Amino acid sequence: MSITRRRFLGWMGAAGMGLTVGRPANAAGNKNFSGYPESIGVLHDMTRCIGCRKCEAACNEINKLPAPEQPFDDLSVLDNKRRTDATTYTVVNRYDGIQGADGPIYRKVQCNHCQEPACASACFVRAFNKTEKGAVTYDASVCVGCRYCMIACPFYVPAYEYNEPLEPRIMKCTLCYPRLMDGKLPGCVEICPKEALTFGKRDDLITIARERIRSFPEQYVQHIYGEHEMGGTNWLYVSGVPFSALGMREDLGVTPAPKLTSGALASVPVIAGLWPVLLTGIYAVSKRKDKIAAQERRQAVKAALTQASADAESKLSKALEQAELKHKRLLEVEVKKAVEEATANNEEENS
Amino acid sequence: MMSEEAIAGNKSLFTPFNLVAGIIVLMGVLLTILRFTGGLGAITNLSDNNPWGIWISFDLLCGVALAAGGYTTSAACYIFGLKKYHSAVRPAILTAFLGYALVVLALHYDVGRPWRLPYPIFVQQGTTSVLFEVGLCVFLYLTVLLIEYSPAALEWLGLKKVRNIVVKLTLVLTIFGVILSTMHQSSLGALFLIAPSKVHPLWYSTYLPVFFFVSSIFAGLSMVIFESTLSHHYFHDKMDDTHLKENRHVTFGFAKAACWVLGGYFVMKVFGISMDNNWHYLGTSYGLWFLVEILGFVALPCFLYAVAVREKNVRLIKWTALWTVLGIVVNRFNVSMIAFNWQLPSSERYFPHWMEIGVTVFLITVFIIAFRFIAKRMPIFYEHPEYRDTH
Amino acid sequence: MDSVFYTLQDFFTHSKGMTYVLMGAALVAMTAMWNFLVARDEKDWPE
Repeated sequence: MSITRRRFLGWMGAAGMGLTVGRPANAAGNKNFSGYPESIGVLHDMTRCIGCRKCEAACNEINKLPAPEQPFDDLSVLDNKRRTDATTYTVVNRYDGIQGADGPIYRKVQCNHCQEPACASACFVRAFNKTEKGAVTYDASVCVGCRYCMIACPFYVPAYEYNEPLEPRIMKCTLCYPRLMDGKLPGCVEICPKEALTFGKRDDLITIARERIRSFPEQYVQHIYGEHEMGGTNWLYVSGVPFSALGMREDLGVTPAPKLTSGALASVPVIAGLWPVLLTGIYAVSKRKDKIAAQERRQAVKAALTQASADAESKLSKALEQAELKHKRLLEVEVKKAVEEATANNEEENS
Repeated sequence: MMSEEAIAGNKSLFTPFNLVAGIIVLMGVLLTILRFTGGLGAITNLSDNNPWGIWISFDLLCGVALAAGGYTTSAACYIFGLKKYHSAVRPAILTAFLGYALVVLALHYDVGRPWRLPYPIFVQQGTTSVLFEVGLCVFLYLTVLLIEYSPAALEWLGLKKVRNIVVKLTLVLTIFGVILSTMHQSSLGALFLIAPSKVHPLWYSTYLPVFFFVSSIFAGLSMVIFESTLSHHYFHDKMDDTHLKENRHVTFGFAKAACWVLGGYFVMKVFGISMDNNWHYLGTSYGLWFLVEILGFVALPCFLYAVAVREKNVRLIKWTALWTVLGIVVNRFNVSMIAFNWQLPSSERYFPHWMEIGVTVFLITVFIIAFRFIAKRMPIFYEHPEYRDTH
Repeated sequence: MDSVFYTLQDFFTHSKGMTYVLMGAALVAMTAMWNFLVARDEKDWPE
């Protein structure tokens, strides 16, 4: 089927019109990511926590975790600093002798449910998911157990079932995601007797925290921990003493985890796209050099051979010339001899 | 209890090598059983703060870096056209192939559910993860290495037609191999970019991927020299004239190249400090250890290689190669184990359990057994008479 | 692709996944392109 000029122009016209119509470029083009708008969080006010450990007990019961060695009402446990582990999603730690504090300060430790979770960025099977609700959930059904998430988490939160031989899981706070979907509160929030844990939309919590700090400036450090750290977390903290005194690192920066590795990952397509060109190019150049070297060698051999045969020929013709000369002379000598002999014979006959 | 050699010439089964290897293999089997009945906690000192130990630091990181001789040697011979290195290619490819195979085997011990190792590629892809990229590339590269190694096995098996088809793929495989190697060697370094708060500033750098890739080059070249030294001792009777003749050229050529790359790497390491203005850390105890690494294990072998090449000192080259290999181990250990978690109190730092070391020794022994088996039977150090000059 | 990305993580999951697929396609395409380019080159030993 051949295309007539008219038909071709018709198609071009249609294509041009098509470009002017269409939906506006949608937010697959947005470059600023501010998280899910309805994201839920928890504000932990460390001026209110009394270290009763009721939150630990509630968490243990709701998640059906094994009973600990020492019961939850045993407060001597707080003599040591603890971290989350394979059977404990949350712990409360006690900090004594802090300058400017009247007594011990308590802090509840658990997954911070980051806005841009390092664990989710690091996981090579997408076992972690930042849900719309705000909770960062873990899917044990795809987890391979590589534990890179534990390397990645700046807060040292994920724990591992090292003593489970065949089905070990990562263990961490779920923000009681099933309960959230049911419209209920996380277990720890519900049971806290001192309102040290406030539950609500992350944006609202930041407003509340700012208001609290503004209203009682002598009581609080002028900072909401988790507002910007590592790109922001859904678990926010306000404190009456410097956060570093409570084992919270203040040097984590504000760069979200996915940004930390995106530079290195960006170099991968460059290698895939350009290395073939570069390497094949080097190969082609090297092959060409070999080819030219071989050609030059062949030519040199040819020239040498030609020269050699030319030399040989001239030698041969010279030798032939000389032989002919020699032969001529010999002939002359023989002829002379014969003539002399004949003359001698003649003379003898005549005498 | 050596059995008498039969008049037919049967070798005894109880050679010293077999005895030692056998004991190690037996230990390995026992440790494997413990691992899969008691979990990681039964045979490792891994913890929630220290999820990665020597199986990652040595078996994975060092294993991959030291297997880099495969891509560097085949690139030198087939891409850069340096044909005098040809006899070094098959031993290097064998080392690389078995090396990567052992890395994958080691991962079966380290990850919690090894039967799910194919998941990231075939079930659910975590494409934001550097580890995804490592896994994909290692999987593909192991396949490439298997194919690159196969002509030797095919020649041994007499499968001429298949062998000839595979040999035609050499150039494509070599190029693909360099691409994949660049990617995963650098990505192993990139793994640690996600934890800036956990790696000491002297080792944490945006250049980590560059550091790992560049150092893999001289790691591979040095390993080829080192492996060749050992092979000459144990497999000399398997080496043909070409191999023996080219060996000197390989030794000097690779030493020169390694020297040059070490120099560039040293410069890059210095840039790494200057770019982040981390000079003041050099005065700390970690700083001292950092200086030991870059002066003792980078600058020194660079200088020694140069001296050895100038003085035509083969012996010095061989010792420098060993020292360079050691330096790679030091660097990988530093990034992943010593500078990692440097801020944790010493009571919470990691030291390997003897059983972790036992598994590593077991895996190295399996490597040696496989290498020996193949080198003694297949045309690795010699050209099969039926296929001479067909490379 | 109509969905908005709320997190950098979601955006990267999408964009990097797409890029990996394109990388594979690129390698195949470049091999074909190379063959196309050199198909009519002289053989090594023109006599």
